[in-house]
Amino acid sequence: MDLKINGADHQVDVPDNMPLLWVVRDVIGLTGTKFGCGIAQCGACTVHLDGVAVRSCQLPVGAVGGRAITTIEGVGATPAGAKIQKAWLDLEVIQCGYCQPGQVMSAAALLAANPQPDDEAIDAAMAGNLCRCGTYVRIREGIKHAARA
Amino acid sequence: MPLAPDLSRRAILQGGGALVAGLLVAIELPWAAARADEPEPTGKRFNAFIHVAPDNTVTFTLPAVEMGQGAFTSQTQCLAEELDVALDKVMTVPAPPDQANYGSPALIVQATGGSTTTMAWSGPLRKAGATARAMLVAAAAARWQVDPASLTTENGVITHAPSGRTIAYGAVADAASRLTPPKDVPLKDPAHFRLIGKPVHRIDTPDKVTGKTVYGIDVMLPGMKFATLMASPVLGGKVGSVDQAQAMTVPGVRQVVVLDDLVAVVADNTWAAMQGLNALAIEWAPGSNAGLDQAQLWAGLEKAAQGPGVTAKKEGDAPAKLKDGTLFEQSYELPYLAHAPMEMTNCVVHVHDGGCEVWTGTQVPGFAQAGAAKALGIPPEKVTIHNHMIGGGFGRRLEVDGVVKATRIAAHVDGPLKVIWSREEDIRQQLYRPLYNEHLKARVENGRITALHHRVTGGSVMARWLPVAFTNGVDSDAVEGAVDVPYAIGNRLVEYIRHESAVPVAFWRGVGPNGSIFSVECFIDLIARKTGSDPLDFRRAHLEKNPRALGVLNLVAEKAGWGTPAPPSPHGARRGRGIALMNAFGSFLAAIADVAVNDTGDVRVTRLVIAADVGQVVNPDTLEAQIQGGATFGLSTVLFDKITFAGGKVEQGNFNDYRILRIDEMPVIEAHVVPSKENMGGIGEPGTVVTQPAVANAVYAATGVQLTRMPIDRALIAKGA
Repeated sequence: MDLKINGADHQVDVPDNMPLLWVVRDVIGLTGTKFGCGIAQCGACTVHLDGVAVRSCQLPVGAVGGRAITTIEGVGATPAGAKIQKAWLDLEVIQCGYCQPGQVMSAAALLAANPQPDDEAIDAAMAGNLCRCGTYVRIREGIKHAARA
Repeated sequence: MPLAPDLSRRAILQGGGALVAGLLVAIELPWAAARADEPEPTGKRFNAFIHVAPDNTVTFTLPAVEMGQGAFTSQTQCLAEELDVALDKVMTVPAPPDQANYGSPALIVQATGGSTTTMAWSGPLRKAGATARAMLVAAAAARWQVDPASLTTENGVITHAPSGRTIAYGAVADAASRLTPPKDVPLKDPAHFRLIGKPVHRIDTPDKVTGKTVYGIDVMLPGMKFATLMASPVLGGKVGSVDQAQAMTVPGVRQVVVLDDLVAVVADNTWAAMQGLNALAIEWAPGSNAGLDQAQLWAGLEKAAQGPGVTAKKEGDAPAKLKDGTLFEQSYELPYLAHAPMEMTNCVVHVHDGGCEVWTGTQVPGFAQAGAAKALGIPPEKVTIHNHMIGGGFGRRLEVDGVVKATRIAAHVDGPLKVIWSREEDIRQQLYRPLYNEHLKARVENGRITALHHRVTGGSVMARWLPVAFTNGVDSDAVEGAVDVPYAIGNRLVEYIRHESAVPVAFWRGVGPNGSIFSVECFIDLIARKTGSDPLDFRRAHLEKNPRALGVLNLVAEKAGWGTPAPPSPHGARRGRGIALMNAFGSFLAAIADVAVNDTGDVRVTRLVIAADVGQVVNPDTLEAQIQGGATFGLSTVLFDKITFAGGKVEQGNFNDYRILRIDEMPVIEAHVVPSKENMGGIGEPGTVVTQPAVANAVYAATGVQLTRMPIDRALIAKGA
């Protein structure tokens, strides 16, 4: 099976029904994408398929097809991803950081689709990403900060 | 987990003694002995915390671990402030298991927790930095034949202004490390601080934002296999029989490991291991807890709470005063709670050559080392701990049950093995925040509480985790918020009753004060409302001798606009505003929550204002982040969370039934910090503690119903309930 991840081609020999999360982490070795719940409840595993945020723990790798996969390791190469990452550091959004790859991926997809998101748009795009440290106040500020950049 | 006052002092003296020895004897701690896995670096180690290389790279070995609370940055600020080096020139590594050098002055053992890092370590680390700097300066002065007092330091460079000469730390590190460390080196005047008290950027976040950080769960080793496990769903049960046939046909599955209490599947990747585990047919022998259910656990606790208790605090004669007059009495019940950090329990273990290597994120490296050693029956020094960034601790990584289970499994596997818990396994197979019953009785005379009896009943974490802090039958953590109330009452009796069930218990963000302060603050509101007093005024009436508590209470009242109603909200017609005050972890906080309650009893917190006096501050930005985060953690707790048992099994399993607040449910949170020169307090946990009673009191104000068993029960506050 051929996968395009962060602009690079990868050949993997895995079953079609293996979730993309485990292909990316255990087979390719890109461990920035996190396992959080396994049932698409927490968003820690969020990656982009052709720029759209998806939960990789519930996505069979066979369903990816030719779409371009972007992970946290590659999202900084996109304008929205770079802005979000900078805003996250400017405002020190991050605490333990474990959920943040997923938060950054969801926020970058939001910003790419909606350059000036209001609170309602932020709620809609980010409600699927849990943070146990409780960084939501700064995630909201961070998205607005990135939108102004 | 703050200790009893006398014990704290004793611990600090003992721990401090050990630290001073580590600092002042310029032990050339052989690096290889400290971290067997690391090559010995060139350069010189000045003490347990500081190493300077010839290329001027400074490496700090940090005693407290990083799990999101900002401890790596704040400890580095303290060391770099006194050593006079720039933060971007510093490498940081977590300390290896080494009680003599890294045992916490506050917690006795080598542990990170209880909101103690800043209180415990800022002093010793500043001293270590100042001592090393003095040695570097002395070496440069000797080389140049000048008075050390004529030298200045900045960003790792020593300057002799009269002659214009400069030299980098690395060039004199070797000579400096041969000097006898001076005693009583003066610390910097706070007026000259460049780093302490400044909102410097965190040192751990640049790698976290790009996915580079390697948490324990991200460790990848050549030849490593992946495993997942299932322990007996019934507490304390055993494996009966296992049919492996189907599992072994799953592509990628290599091996099934069957132990007495758990089964693990080893595979080429985590997914294959999970598929293999699903394909196993396991018969469990459930054992004696098969009938255990939550009603029974509550009833057992309530029965135990009838007393008698062990005295934890006695002032005046509360029992005599409580015989007559205007009396109030109420019990509050707090549920079992899971930590549910986003990084679930996991551990990489490689058992080889009579020893063992462990890769994991742990708050207690020494316990992890001892746990793995015991599991294998080998001496602790044969176990190397590679400590990693932790994806959320909250007390979960103060336990090493995960390390022990992974080691027991890895002992049956060739090569390195990564063991990952599923989220369900993580929530169902852990140690929980104790179930607490907090019984309070008070007498009110002329608008004041004149006698208070507070009896705390629950399982003891201290008795198992740190027996020295379980003295005379009292768990010093469980009663902390009851013993040290901010209010002047006069006659007080605090009692503790240890009541253990089959459920194992552990420290949990906010620890004992979560229950005791919740109960005191709800009880105060109950009395205020029943006596027709304003909850703010009623609290103020008991604070004439406590200016710091009164200060945060007045500040929060001013900022939140106490006295005005909570504004209208689309989330519910019934609105309320609640207040709470706390003094624990060396800090004072007050909170005001606004809530809206809809007809079905759903509660939405619409605004949360917190005022904090935490004494001197190392990093004000981290302080604010911990208040925001701690408060958010407390919101999930009071609104949603409980672990319950049925048939001996935990009923919850994932984030669908063990809820964590989502961003679209978040209130505005405002944090106001009182500038203070008082001793440093902790801040990792207080936000969690103070938020819960503020919300419960707001719900009481909105509905007229005081809920006494947490979390909030919607059925009891639905319209017409």
